[in-house]
Amino acid sequence: MDWEFFVQQIVNGLTLGSVYALIALGYTMVYGILKLLNFAHGDVFMIGAFIGYGVLQLFGGAASPNIPIPLLIVLMFLAAMIGCSILGMTIERFAYRPLRNAPRIAPLISALGVSFFLQNSALLLFSPNFRSYDTFSLYEGRLFLPLSVGPLHISPMRILVIGSAFGLMIVLTLVVGRTQIGRAMRATSHDREAAAMMGIDVDRVIVITFLLGSALAGAAGVMVGLVFERVFHTMGFIAGLKGFAAAVVGGIGSIPGAMLGGLVIGLAESFSIAYVSSTFSDLLVFAILIVVMLVRPRGLLGKADIKKV
Amino acid sequence: MSAPEPGQPQIGVDEWVATADARDESHRGVLGHLRRRFERVPDLARFGIFIGLVALIPVLTSDQYILRVSVDTLIFALLVLGLNVVVGWAGLLDLGFVAFFGIGAYSYALLSSDHFGIHWEAQFTVPLIVAGTAFVGLLLGLTSWRLLGDYLAIVTLFFLQAFVVVTTNGSSISFLGLTPTTDVTGGPNGIPGLDPFTIFGFQIQSLEGYFYLGLGTMTLVIAVLYLAVRSRTGRAWHALREDPLAAELMSMPVNRLKLLAFMFGAGIAGLTGTIQAALLGGVFPSSYDVPLLITIYAMLILGGSGSLAGAVVGAIAINVSLEVLRNPDHARWLFYSVILITLVAKLRPWWKLAAVLGSLVAFGYALSAILGALWPSATGGEAAGGDAIGRGVQSWVVHPAEHATQVGNFGFVLLIALVLLLTVIKDPWRTVLLVPTIYLAAFEWENLLMASFEAQAATRFMLLGALLVVLMAARPHGLVGKTRVEAV
Repeated sequence: MDWEFFVQQIVNGLTLGSVYALIALGYTMVYGILKLLNFAHGDVFMIGAFIGYGVLQLFGGAASPNIPIPLLIVLMFLAAMIGCSILGMTIERFAYRPLRNAPRIAPLISALGVSFFLQNSALLLFSPNFRSYDTFSLYEGRLFLPLSVGPLHISPMRILVIGSAFGLMIVLTLVVGRTQIGRAMRATSHDREAAAMMGIDVDRVIVITFLLGSALAGAAGVMVGLVFERVFHTMGFIAGLKGFAAAVVGGIGSIPGAMLGGLVIGLAESFSIAYVSSTFSDLLVFAILIVVMLVRPRGLLGKADIKKV
Repeated sequence: MSAPEPGQPQIGVDEWVATADARDESHRGVLGHLRRRFERVPDLARFGIFIGLVALIPVLTSDQYILRVSVDTLIFALLVLGLNVVVGWAGLLDLGFVAFFGIGAYSYALLSSDHFGIHWEAQFTVPLIVAGTAFVGLLLGLTSWRLLGDYLAIVTLFFLQAFVVVTTNGSSISFLGLTPTTDVTGGPNGIPGLDPFTIFGFQIQSLEGYFYLGLGTMTLVIAVLYLAVRSRTGRAWHALREDPLAAELMSMPVNRLKLLAFMFGAGIAGLTGTIQAALLGGVFPSSYDVPLLITIYAMLILGGSGSLAGAVVGAIAINVSLEVLRNPDHARWLFYSVILITLVAKLRPWWKLAAVLGSLVAFGYALSAILGALWPSATGGEAAGGDAIGRGVQSWVVHPAEHATQVGNFGFVLLIALVLLLTVIKDPWRTVLLVPTIYLAAFEWENLLMASFEAQAATRFMLLGALLVVLMAARPHGLVGKTRVEAV
């Protein structure tokens, strides 16, 4: 067995997995609080990738940037995260909030509509052509030159992406675990009515949940642009589907579960591309999802919840 | 208790009592008289009249385009009827519905074409395919058996994706690398050259033939569903949609009923797939993807989820609108008449309507004149299409000659922001803001949404997505469906 190739797949899997984990976090937080599958989340991720592309072009493109490159990358992340937060909060305010007390299926259909609306609006605005971040031109491609540590070859760009993804996850864990608003989020997700009775402004908590989730999706969009370069209007659909699978595999509603699920799905995908078949790797993700649902319907880290009447 | 908003289900209020005044009002005058007469016509007679009128279409016209649109509408209506069982009656979100349609079509293609050299007739293939798709539906439903609620949506969405992947890459499939590769689905090019629909030696060759086949099948399906919804199972479906927990307490086998509805829907989708494949004469993976799914969801929700008549009305309304939107000249008529009709219906009293319309016209001409004087290239562009209304619009709406795409893109984002803002603010600002919003909408329509062939396709689907969101918020019961009353 070729060990270098094997280790390489782990690096690829971690890169993919950290992106999926960031997307899955948005799904899982919203599901935890609203019990809503937010189908539009994948398209928020796509818009984030396009915002990053827009900022890159605004400052001269990757070939000839007119501000320092680290500052440029920070700006891309910031713009995408802020833009996506605004988008996420807008979606919540106008598509989901009017349906807060409607039958369960109503906001799901609305979410489907938002997703399709965003996807086709992007098609209208950006045309069906692929856009390339062209990050290979930054520092004459040195960001993609692998650094070798023993059998491990890893490019600085991947270190950057994996590192910032884990950084964001740590920040999120701290926000949810240590702050006042995080405590309010946990309380709301546990029991919305009881939280409201304890004086928690549930609407505000929901808005902040959408804000955090969408910001993570925006960051994930820029990461995909930086590593894989190509962005296009349907990228949100497949990535959103994988993020979903990650959230369910980890246990939907559980934040560490979403991170773990993302890594599992990412690693599974990269290994199946390398060793089985690249066209059918999506089917493998589907198979994992089915197996997890049959064997452990609450996911790897999810807790069985007690149905309250 | 605050006053309930109109259109929302009212909690703890009997619907019949709550709407007594409105009913009285609607029964007055000539229109009221006609409506009362119409309400007295029994379901069966209404259905018969409708089918009879539709059956006259091929007699009245031999225009192949109209016939083609009619056959497509019938196929859509069949699909929406099937989806209605799953979504409208059982309350399950089935996002893989289109995959069952595709499985039906592909099965027909494999059983009646030169692809494998099998040429079975429809009396064998149709029952086989309907049973087969229903069985696949059963297997898929079983995977999320323990959590049939939200997880079904995820599993079915993945199933649709898996179906697309398999059909697109199915041109060289080998079983785990053990068997030699065979071409099963024809890959991205699909399977062309299918047999026409043949039943007991009788072959359907003309579009009229397919029209009557579709109409006959629809009549049959509606009859079966009409009986099904009044049966014990149909009433149980209603019960579990309204409150699964209460249904379970009434000792209804909730999961089994859900699976049954899911299989029912899958079977109808498979049946429709065979007709569609035979009509098209070929199957292609791209025809069974998410856009079709959203289209039939929009039809179901517009017509009124849960209502048989609604399913048919929604299919007709949306398919005809989508056809109209294919031609920029016709689309422009539709766009301006929808705006005008909405304004006339919603703006009261009359002087407000007159003020808005007047300032709208003045606003457009003034803006064109000012921009034309200051910056000639801002108004130098041409409107697409050239009928009467197109020339009239030419001088009213600004057409930038340069940077039309960039201006159009920023305008599009601004338009969405303005429309959202309109739903929040109150009069009088609302009326004031209405004028620039409508003008901006017209500007975008001329400069971005209808600018090119690709843009028109994207516009059609974008409008469908927006329609779903707006309908769910404003009129969840659709055109024909009844408002649901929540009892506490």
